[in-house]
Amino acid sequence: MSELASNRPEEANQGTEYEERLLLAEREDWEINQAVLQPMMQTGPGFWILVAVLGAIVAWGLYAWGYLIYWGMGSAGINRPVYWGLFITTFVFWVGISHAGTMISAVLRLLKVDWRRPITRGAEAMTAFALMMAGLYPLIHLGRVWKFYWMIPYPNNRFMWPNFQSPLMWDMVAIFTYLIGSTLYLYLALIPDMAMARDNTTHWRYKLYRVLALGWRGTEAEWHKLHRALGIFSIVIIPIFLSVHSIVSWDFAVTIQPRWHSTIFAPYFVIGAVYSGLAALASILVVVRRGMRLQEFLRGEHFDALGKLVLVAGMAWTYFWFAGFIVEWYGNEPVVRELIHEEVAGNLAPFFYLQMGANLIPLVLLVFKRIRTTPALLLVTTLLVNVGMYTERALIVAGSLQRNDLPFNWGTYRPTWVEISIVAMTFAGFALLYTLFSRIIPFVPVWEIKEGRLRYTVRRIGRLLVPTAAEIE
Amino acid sequence: MEKDANRSTETHPRWVMVVDLDRCTGCQACVVACHAENNLQIVEEQESAYGRWAHWIIVQRYWEGEYPNVKARFMPVMCQQCGEAPCEPVCPVFATYHNQEGLNAQIYNRCIGTRFCASACPYKVRVYNWFDPVFPEPLSEQLNPDVTVRTRGIIEKCTFCIQRILRTEIEAKTEGRKPVDGEIQPACVQTCPPGALVFGDLNDPDSQASQLARSHRSFRLLPELGTDPGVIYLKGGETNV
Repeated sequence: MSELASNRPEEANQGTEYEERLLLAEREDWEINQAVLQPMMQTGPGFWILVAVLGAIVAWGLYAWGYLIYWGMGSAGINRPVYWGLFITTFVFWVGISHAGTMISAVLRLLKVDWRRPITRGAEAMTAFALMMAGLYPLIHLGRVWKFYWMIPYPNNRFMWPNFQSPLMWDMVAIFTYLIGSTLYLYLALIPDMAMARDNTTHWRYKLYRVLALGWRGTEAEWHKLHRALGIFSIVIIPIFLSVHSIVSWDFAVTIQPRWHSTIFAPYFVIGAVYSGLAALASILVVVRRGMRLQEFLRGEHFDALGKLVLVAGMAWTYFWFAGFIVEWYGNEPVVRELIHEEVAGNLAPFFYLQMGANLIPLVLLVFKRIRTTPALLLVTTLLVNVGMYTERALIVAGSLQRNDLPFNWGTYRPTWVEISIVAMTFAGFALLYTLFSRIIPFVPVWEIKEGRLRYTVRRIGRLLVPTAAEIE
Repeated sequence: MEKDANRSTETHPRWVMVVDLDRCTGCQACVVACHAENNLQIVEEQESAYGRWAHWIIVQRYWEGEYPNVKARFMPVMCQQCGEAPCEPVCPVFATYHNQEGLNAQIYNRCIGTRFCASACPYKVRVYNWFDPVFPEPLSEQLNPDVTVRTRGIIEKCTFCIQRILRTEIEAKTEGRKPVDGEIQPACVQTCPPGALVFGDLNDPDSQASQLARSHRSFRLLPELGTDPGVIYLKGGETNV
């Protein structure tokens, strides 16, 4: 099986577009099942080395977190006036990453976009895991993390609700809602594949999948209900996903800190989240495709389409960035002017130009189809996008706070090993969860692929072979 | 503000501090007094230089003019006890709230340390406990029993010495009267050698603070932000008194 899968991409690149879509049409159902399940079972030494390395980084990060809790927030590099540093930066980054999952699967599912099929599960899993990592940061950055439950509304001996005026409360509600929603959404679309895996595996996997499949048999009524539920979820989750990053932006925008206090922050953050999230999805798909030998399912046409989406999101991000920047620059308020000066020609300049370069160069690169369809080039380009987006968040959070209305209170910020270790912990933790997930859950939604395959058939008209598409959704 | 019954009204005092910049010599006695009164921790030099100094009042120094005609201007800045405080709505656990006497009160035991209030504060007067407090000998022997010692991971700030306000108010109440003007003195006011600081009730038109607040020299810090500060500065440098 694996040999068969690995020599496919050359064929895929040679064919015309509709032939690529029909590539799977020649395969039997059981062959597709095997092509997805096989890489899950085969775990070489490389896999375990990867797990060990990621696990070690996570363990080190947990030690750093323990150190932070034991000694106090001062072991991080934050100070006055930069009360928020890398923790909040990385929080915003992870929430941003989580956005593309819904963008891909809900929006594209609603629009019945066909190329979404093999990548929806990877996108949804990315959403769930990125949100889990993001959810750690509100805890990590608390001065007294052992009192975190005081933010949860429950009857208590203090006779108090939490303060629903606080954007942090909105944040918590939004992130929990999104986490629950996106996990359910991931699971719903997983049920038929769990049943497929149940029917094709033995031992502990069989037992696991039997539980997760919830007794799915594939009757017409079950399919009808699944499609209905997915349709409802796709619509409901879109306002949630828009609200989550808007609320994250309001953590900043509702204060009167110069450069934070901006009405454009909510849409700017949302579009930035989509930009970085789609880019992260492309990077992840390139890596997983190689690691799990899924070349047959994730083909040039998918990366091409995804690359176009990244390009569109990136252009929109640039527009929003410019719309915000020009008003602040033109407004010329003293502190804002000082901050812009710091960014363009001062201490923050290296980060500013890194941000602009890493966000804008990919827009030029992604115009070319060759870059969009060559996995290695796409990986480099999309990683560059996320370097830029991370720097952008760092500039917004830790950069803006360095200047404020009274010059006596100006300051600088240097992250310490504690912060860097904890940030590394969440990156490794995300990769670890994703790696383990890809060995337990079919990474490619098999039922969606089979469904898509049914849409396309080849009809012979005279001597001509013509592909036809049917409305089955 | 007047419409809001919970805020300062005719029936409640609105405590304010008047800072006469002409009188301030930048001697830092207020800072020392505040440390002694409010059990402020002592932060070592290196940490202080990194912006982690723990002073509830800080004498900000600005240079004016070019060498050799340089003037040092001193401006003591403490929590401005804003009437419309940016720090209050953002706290998720109500650790900071507005009391009836116009004070922006901080409840240490409720604080979980999100530092949102500190980020939101335009004056950056909120003090975070980066580590557990340290009191070198013999300072550890002279902690004020009226004030709690704060743990690591929470925000604290100038309270206008609320323990002194409450004690005087209770004493006055037992004697069946209201506190007279000048009876309540926060530690910094009591200590200030040139008498640059005056504390009083803004709602009492006859109080010294109230009269000074009507001076043509009076201004508030960053008035364009609309925070309605409870600290009133008297402009320095022009009157030459």
